[in-house]
Amino acid sequence: MTETIGLWVGAIFTIGIYSFLYKENPLYRLAEHLVVGISTGFGIAITYTQVLRPKLIEPLANGEQGAWLLLIPAILGLLYITRFFPSVGWLSRYPMAFLMGAGMGVGFPLSMKSLVLRQLEASLTPLYETGMAWDIVLGNIVLVLGTLAALIYFFFSKPHKGPFFGTGSKIGIWVIMVGFGATFGFTVMGRISLLIGRIQFLLGDWLHIIK
Amino acid sequence: MKRSVPLAIVMVGGILFMIQYFIPHQHSQTLFEYYTEWAPIVGAFALVLGVGSLTRLHSHKIKRKAKNWQYSYAVLIPLYSIPFFALVMPQSLGGGMMQTMGGDRLTMGVFDFAYMNIQVPIQATMFSLLAFYIASAAFRAFRAKSALATVLLLSAVIVMLGQVPIGELLGKWFPKVGLWILRYPNLGAKRAISLGVGFGVLATQLKIIFGVERNWLGGAGE
Repeated sequence: MTETIGLWVGAIFTIGIYSFLYKENPLYRLAEHLVVGISTGFGIAITYTQVLRPKLIEPLANGEQGAWLLLIPAILGLLYITRFFPSVGWLSRYPMAFLMGAGMGVGFPLSMKSLVLRQLEASLTPLYETGMAWDIVLGNIVLVLGTLAALIYFFFSKPHKGPFFGTGSKIGIWVIMVGFGATFGFTVMGRISLLIGRIQFLLGDWLHIIK
Repeated sequence: MKRSVPLAIVMVGGILFMIQYFIPHQHSQTLFEYYTEWAPIVGAFALVLGVGSLTRLHSHKIKRKAKNWQYSYAVLIPLYSIPFFALVMPQSLGGGMMQTMGGDRLTMGVFDFAYMNIQVPIQATMFSLLAFYIASAAFRAFRAKSALATVLLLSAVIVMLGQVPIGELLGKWFPKVGLWILRYPNLGAKRAISLGVGFGVLATQLKIIFGVERNWLGGAGE
């Protein structure tokens, strides 16, 4: 019984969302408001059960050794609430400062590693090795020169003129266009597979028209 | 006190934790452990702020009977009932998945019901809705008006056809070329963008640490 009700509820909301393709309507508005409420409610439940209870409440309640130190982040966190009171709202900057400062400090070497060094390292690939297929060799050349050319295109401190910057930026825009096209195609396929999933749900699970 | 102390906390914290990464010492490790323990706790309280703002916004809408005020109940009721049911029936807190314990399937709680039959279908449908918009956007953007637009069109078509059975029927090379485009020129472009983003992120992080970028302070208690 619960499963049948669930199927109907899911189907009604699925149709409700698709009805937006025609025009905005009460069922769509209800669905979009429900998503906000449920996902935030889900966030509260997860934050409480995964973070606050095991990391703060239980250690304090059990009187674990050194648990009193957890009162510092708890008080810092509570300072966020001062944002609701304009006269002391500036106190909410303290927890933000803690998270921003420490987060930026911890994040800096990690960003350097993952977004810059690892990318450079991966670009320094041998173009040719014995026994390598021609399409891989061509791919390696396109990959290395393409990365360099696309970087030149994004480098705006020098005018895109001359054999290096001019030609480099021209090749760069071609590589970027191929990349954007491929990303677009990939995204479209992802969305289409979601659409197929929903249609399978409606016609299969709900209406039993298809198996 | 209102601006200088938070800015000082950011600078000291930022420099301290940046240096900490390069010092493989016990004290340095302990400092990092404190951060990993404390940061989620402090961050969790930010949710109170978000929930409070959302509640205030929608309760004001209901009080003033503003346009579409009835829908505010659709936000507020699940906002408070979902955590309530999740805590009353904690066995249903499995990310919406039915749990099995000792061979028995646990009864689906209200939390699970709302997650599996409202949240999941609505979100999946909303994302799939983009398929329609992306198709109409493609119709406008993918007209081969120039050589570059043609390259964009060809690349997208080959990648799309390379992923469906009809592509292989049209030409056996479609999947191979599609994969080659994804692996090489696409990766080259993505890598250049990633490097650009990386340098941007690093510059922004330094600007925040050294107090050049102060927008995060907001205007509270100015």
